[in-house]
Amino acid sequence: MTKFVVEGLKATIEGKEILKGIDLEIKGGEIHAIMGPNGTGKSTLASALMGHPKYEVTDGSVSMNGEDVLEMSVDERARAGLFLAMQYPSEIAGVTNSDFLRSAINARREEGNEISLIKFIRQMEGKMKELEMNPEFAHRYLNEGFSGGEKKRNEILQMMMIEPKLVILDEVDSGLDIDALRIVANGVNSMRDEDRGFLIITHYQRLLNYIKPDVVHVMMQGRIVKSGGPELAERLERDGYDWVKEELGITDETVGQEA
Amino acid sequence: MTTQIVLPVELDAVRQTSVNNGEPAWLTESRANGVKLAQELELPRLEKMKIERWDLSNFGQLREGYAASAQQLPDSVASLVDLKEHSNLIVQVNSSTQFAQLSPELAAKGVIFTDLETAVREHGDLVQRYLHQAVKSDENRLTALHSALWSGGIFLYVPRNVEIEIPLQSIFVQEDDKTTFAPHILIVAEANSRVTYVDNYFSAQFDKTIVHSGVAEVFVQAGAKVQFATVHNLGSSTTDLSYRRGIVENDGSIEWIIGEMNFGDVMSETLSILKGNGSLSDMKVIAVGSGSQKLNYTTKAVHFGKSSESQMITRAVMREQSTAIINGITKIEKGATKANGEQTEKVLMLSPKARGDANPILLIDEDDVKAGHAASVGQVNQEQIYYLMSRGITREQAERLVIYGFLAPVVTEIPLEPLQQQLQGLVERKLGQ
Ligand SMILES: Nc1ncnc2c1ncn2[C@@H]1O[C@H](COP(=O)(O)OP(=O)(O)OP(=O)(O)O)[C@@H](O)[C@H]1O
Ligand SMILES: [Mg+2]
Repeated sequence: MTKFVVEGLKATIEGKEILKGIDLEIKGGEIHAIMGPNGTGKSTLASALMGHPKYEVTDGSVSMNGEDVLEMSVDERARAGLFLAMQYPSEIAGVTNSDFLRSAINARREEGNEISLIKFIRQMEGKMKELEMNPEFAHRYLNEGFSGGEKKRNEILQMMMIEPKLVILDEVDSGLDIDALRIVANGVNSMRDEDRGFLIITHYQRLLNYIKPDVVHVMMQGRIVKSGGPELAERLERDGYDWVKEELGITDETVGQEA
Repeated sequence: MTTQIVLPVELDAVRQTSVNNGEPAWLTESRANGVKLAQELELPRLEKMKIERWDLSNFGQLREGYAASAQQLPDSVASLVDLKEHSNLIVQVNSSTQFAQLSPELAAKGVIFTDLETAVREHGDLVQRYLHQAVKSDENRLTALHSALWSGGIFLYVPRNVEIEIPLQSIFVQEDDKTTFAPHILIVAEANSRVTYVDNYFSAQFDKTIVHSGVAEVFVQAGAKVQFATVHNLGSSTTDLSYRRGIVENDGSIEWIIGEMNFGDVMSETLSILKGNGSLSDMKVIAVGSGSQKLNYTTKAVHFGKSSESQMITRAVMREQSTAIINGITKIEKGATKANGEQTEKVLMLSPKARGDANPILLIDEDDVKAGHAASVGQVNQEQIYYLMSRGITREQAERLVIYGFLAPVVTEIPLEPLQQQLQGLVERKLGQ
């Protein structure tokens, strides 16, 4: 049973503290959403959890089924079951999408037990079809020249192929047209599983209409300042963040400001 | 005032060996002239590198006599060739031919594919007409020395309208440090012919540094099409000095595919002279530098013909303390209207101690042309490595993917599948994987 626990997580970038103590507990089968104004540390949280080298964790702990995630290198975290669909995925020229995906899958398998090419292609083609991606994207260079929406779809394709235990989606809905939003949401829903947890960072209730969250968190000033059920997201969509700030006495919600 | 140069050769010895080897008088004179020119001429001036400081003292001794061709493939090269009845292959070890095969079908069409010394004896007039006409002996001390000392090498002659599908292949292996290592490749593709030539260079490890002095001359006549692929995989104690040059007539085309996979120092220049209207040149170079290699690569296209086109791509990956100076020169002469020249040089640095310099140069004397260049020198992008690792790929494998990705635009364009695979393997070896 997947259990992902973040306790008192603090992180800095270039000496500047961005995360000021985050607590989260996500179990298999649960969907958590994080909302919050721009510049409040949402992507920083995602990057720090994944182990981006620019972020230095200064305090707190992260564990995945009891294992210390912060001790692991980026690739070890991934192989332990963590997956981050990035807000701004990298473009890598010369590496085809399919070669990359096959490497990612084989990285999880013993040497000599690599996935057969036929099986891999069949799987990938199947998932691409579900995501209504043109088959040519298998042979395109990784994210190179992909439109914003195509990159997001490609992140979801990777998630579906890799089958991680804890999925973090950082604004996977931004830049998607209405149809693409539905397709991506269907992709995510098809991956819902008793043993898989989700942390979905989004600005819009729209995505949460498709993917029903169990818990909604609001992030401001590098902290989770409020948590609630799906109705919290609906209220934020309707009324914005001012009432939350008022409630908590926050004037500037961005990181670096104190209540 | 010219300073007295101590040459690695003596006039009398060169002349005497040529006579002893039964070479015709014109060739003996050509060699003697090469020695004299070498005494007068300077070394070529390399961009940002001092070739004067390289150890070029060991050009070896000219071989006397011809070893009879053993018609047996040396073990060291057997894995490189898939020898069939119809294969066309010449293998030379220490500049003596060990194996030579030309399919009877091609021979019947008048194709000549033989070592250059045999060609001098059997097709003297033909060889004399072309030898040293593209790379002239009086250009600098290295071209002069080569014309004095060349030994072994290939003559490939494709008569008018003959189109050859399967590649003709040669392999040069140097196993001793005493015999001159200076093969000369001479290719004549007559009008509307088509041919692919592929060669490989290997050398053993020696106690002292030896020189490989190589020249390739390719004459592409009207409407002919030549693919020239060469992979240099010489050992760390071999300094590779290579000139490759093609002269392309009306509507002819030449495609160069060059794998610089040496372990020693290198000076190489590949030049297409686009003489004819509508002539084309395409150059693809991939290089991996390692250890303390000093590498100086030049690709160059000179446009004379109207509507002539050239493409040049060099991609180099630099490891450890290696240094590469990469020059791309596109020259468009007055009158070459509607010419189009594009070049790109990119260097990927894998170590803070490696050095890479890309120097794109456009020299344009005509208004009605198109020309472009792009050059970059950069390190492996850590954001990309992070992205790949975030999918579970190890750092080592992620770097590998990025490096191969960097070379891919050249490697995947190589039209010969076995060559693509061979290069892939050599890149892996040079990257220490
Ligand atoms: N390299 C950096 N140097 C300095 N500050 C940085 C750096 N990277 C991020 N920050 C700051 O950290 C804060 C949090 O950024 P983050 O990207 O986590 O915000 P976010 O909540 O994801 O915002 P958005 O909704 O716009 O995506 C911002 O104020 C940002 O400017
Ligand atoms: Mg963000």
